This record gives sequence, structure tokens and C-alpha cells, in this order.
Amino acid sequence: MTGELRIRPVGRSACLLEVPPAWVGRLADHLRGCHHRGALPGVVDVVPGAATVLLDGAGTAALTPVLEPLLAAWSGDAHEPAGAAEPVEIPVTYDGPDLADVARQAGCGEADVVALHTRAPMAVAFCGFAPGFAYIAGLPVPLRMPRLSTPREAVPAGSVAIAEEYTGIYPRTSPGGWRILGRTTAELWNLDRDPPALLSPGARVRFVAVP
Amino acid sequence: MTPPTLQVLRPGLLSTVQDLGRPGFAHLGVPRSGAADPDSLLLGNRLLGNPPDAAAIETTALGIDVRLDQARWVAVTGAICRVAIAGRPADLHAPQYVPAGAPLSIGRAEHGLRAYLSVAGGIACPPVLGSRSTDTLSGIGPAPLAAGAVLPLGPAAGTPAPVDIAPRARLPETASVRLILGPRDDWFADDAIDRLFAAVYRVSIASNRVGVRLDGPEVPARHPGGLPSEGMVLGAVQIPAGGRPIVFLADHPTTGGYPVVGVVHPDDLWMVAQAAPGTTVRFRRPGSAL
Repeated sequence: MTGELRIRPVGRSACLLEVPPAWVGRLADHLRGCHHRGALPGVVDVVPGAATVLLDGAGTAALTPVLEPLLAAWSGDAHEPAGAAEPVEIPVTYDGPDLADVARQAGCGEADVVALHTRAPMAVAFCGFAPGFAYIAGLPVPLRMPRLSTPREAVPAGSVAIAEEYTGIYPRTSPGGWRILGRTTAELWNLDRDPPALLSPGARVRFVAVP
Repeated sequence: MTPPTLQVLRPGLLSTVQDLGRPGFAHLGVPRSGAADPDSLLLGNRLLGNPPDAAAIETTALGIDVRLDQARWVAVTGAICRVAIAGRPADLHAPQYVPAGAPLSIGRAEHGLRAYLSVAGGIACPPVLGSRSTDTLSGIGPAPLAAGAVLPLGPAAGTPAPVDIAPRARLPETASVRLILGPRDDWFADDAIDRLFAAVYRVSIASNRVGVRLDGPEVPARHPGGLPSEGMVLGAVQIPAGGRPIVFLADHPTTGGYPVVGVVHPDDLWMVAQAAPGTTVRFRRPGSAL
């Protein structure tokens, strides 16, 4: 397994594992499990990215000898991620300001955009940008397009939007350049909930069209 | 019984409650936050016999005025500034006794940027995700302090052990910080890296707890365009599209899409956190002479 994996040092006390993007979710899940049972001494955060997993808190010199057996024992294909049991269903009203433009660029109708978006199996690749903001991977190829050249100053909370190969949902009103397909009433972030994020890395996601 | 409190009389430029932050939530997009200059926070807590993670007030540039409704020992650490208790000058970096109701005034930072006001017992506002820190990026934790804000204090441990003044390294005129290259130094040509180490940067006024923006020579990446988003660490020197470095501080975003050319040595990061706008900053290779 370690053949396709490269470890890059990040300062004195972190390292970045570069992996094929398709492995990120499962590897991050595996390493989070190792972290929780104390097998990654010093590590305080396991942070998946698009094609990396960051281990923050311990440097390469300390971690490499620990990581090698953990990675050798891990088979990237053998395990389903722990959070994969039930997809999180996100109800979406597909009436976003960019829906028509996305349909035009994709060369199809608005109803086809909705069908593509709701039928594709999706999963959270990683989080970032804001608490509870998940980069949800699995966007069908026709819908992949760059973000808007001029970002909006205020994207309303609950906006369901796409950019490149990801879907994201704005947990609170913030500036943003993603193309807005619709809106959801799902509560993405709630500090009284454990975990506070509705969508954690590895979670499977299904978008459901609602009026 | 209501707890003893601290009341804010004058909040200064940006005063926030800070402890050692909330590690462990970066995978959910939650910044670590915490004191920008944790050494100063730890010193204050040590001077007062507080646990290391007791919360204090972090001030920015203009200090703060407060009043306590119960007599307490306090310590002011970090930036060099004038401190007065009931109008009398008080020492930095040493336990100071504040009578009940007496105004405590921390003046403008004369050297450095952020002063910390620690109170015996700590600031005891309710923790959020295990920390009392104000995260200015995502709005988690207590709001930045406004005039009239009242903060509860925790139970004090007792009279602090006597000390004279705890020695602190003084911020040099130019912050010369060690930069450990990577993880994305291969995004930059060798001459761009050489330029980064040769340059004298100046801290931009647009700096904040998220990051210190540096004005000076641009360090263009070899490739145009961004990097697939990846996890970011404290002290990371990110090079955005414009080519001017940003050094990430406590409230940095958890992931980012611009390459990180290197990471500031953890023992040197306090100099960046304490560098006021206009301060000069240089990067040096670890092991090189100052």
C-alpha cells in the first residue's frame, strides 16, 4: 500500500500524506481510528484534503516509523469507511440563481441537472472553508465547472452549490464563488450536537429534490 | 451565588478571550484558534498559579481597561506596554494585586502587538468545543469584547508565589524567523526560494489573527492556478496567487488551496504574532546565522 503514498514533512510537527484522491476518505478514516486508540503519538488533528491527509502534531521523524506498520497493515480497498452505513439525505429545493446557467453550460435542461445531482452517489471528501462546510465529491462530469469569475459578496446560508468536482452547502451566509443550484433546510452546523457538523469526512450523501 | 466578574471599560482595538484553543476539530473545518502568542499566555498563567489552559484576554495594539468586582492577582504579559492599577504604574510579567473595583489599564503596545491579561482563576465564560477562545475566522466562542462586557472569573488558586520580573525575550527590530521548507517548496523555482530568503518583508496593516500578510518581493509559483485543497498548519507560509506570503496564525483556515512554501519554526512564531504592522520580517534557513 505504501508504494503510491508519499510523506512530505510540514514544519517540525506535522506531515502530509499524499495519496490518490480515491483513497483519501478511507485512509483518513483509518488514521483517525489509529489516532483515537492512541496509535499516533503526538498527533492532535487528522485532516483530509483533496489528495492528502495531514497529520498535525508530530513530525515525520517521529511518525514515519509508527506509520509504516499502520499503512502496511491497511488495505485501501478492503474496508468501507466506518461512516458509510447510511447516506445523509439532504432535501434541496432546486431553484438557485445559477441553475439555468449550469444547465446551459452542461448542454441539458434544468430538470436534467436536478436528476444528475440527485442520482449520483456522493460522499464527503473533506471539510474546510468554514465549520461544517463539506466538500462533497461525486459530482457527475457534465456538472463540473469552475467557480464564478466574480464571487458573490453574500451567499445565503443553506445554499447548495457546485464548483469543480464538488458540491458544498454554505453553513452560514458568507462570500462565495460556487454556482448555486438550490437551497436546503438541513442544519449543517449545530454546536449542541455531537459532532456539531452534519457532514463529516467519509459520510455518504444523497440529495433529494423537494418542492 | 454569582461568580466574581471582570468588566470591560474600554475594549481597545480587538480584545478577545483566548486559551490554548480547540485542537481536534480541524477535520470538521474548525480552526484551532487560541492565543496568537501562546508563550505569553502560558507565562501569565504560570505567574498566577493557573492551569496552563486557563483563559486570558488577548489585546491588540491599543490595550484594554477593565475593572474587577473582587480583588484578584493579575499578570500582564506579551507586548511591552504601560500598565496602571488604580492610576499607579504596575509591572509587566509579574503578579500584580488589583483591589476590588480598582481600574486596571493596559496602554498601547509600545513594542510588540498583543498583550495578555491573565487573572487568577482565569476567565470562566462557557467553553465551546472544549475551549473559551474567540475564533475570529468562524465566529465560534465568545464575541470580541465590547465596552460594558462582563466576564465571569473562575476560582483563584490563592496568593501567587513571589517573583521579580520573569525574563522575556525582547522582540528584535527585525523579526528573523527560521523557515522550514515544505510541503510545497517544489512549486517554486530555486531562484524564487532564494529571493524569499533574501527579502526583507514588512507586516501589512491587513494582518490579523488569521494570518500575517507580508508586503515585499513576490514569490511566484512555477505553475499558475491553485493546488487541490489540503490541510494547513499553524505557522504555514502560504503563497497566494499574488505571490506575497501570508504566515498563518491561530485562526487560520483548516484547509487551503494555495501552496505552502514552508512553515515557520514553532519557537520563532511568537515574533510573527507580535509583529505590529510595519515591522520588518525576514526568513532564514534553519541552522543559518542570525
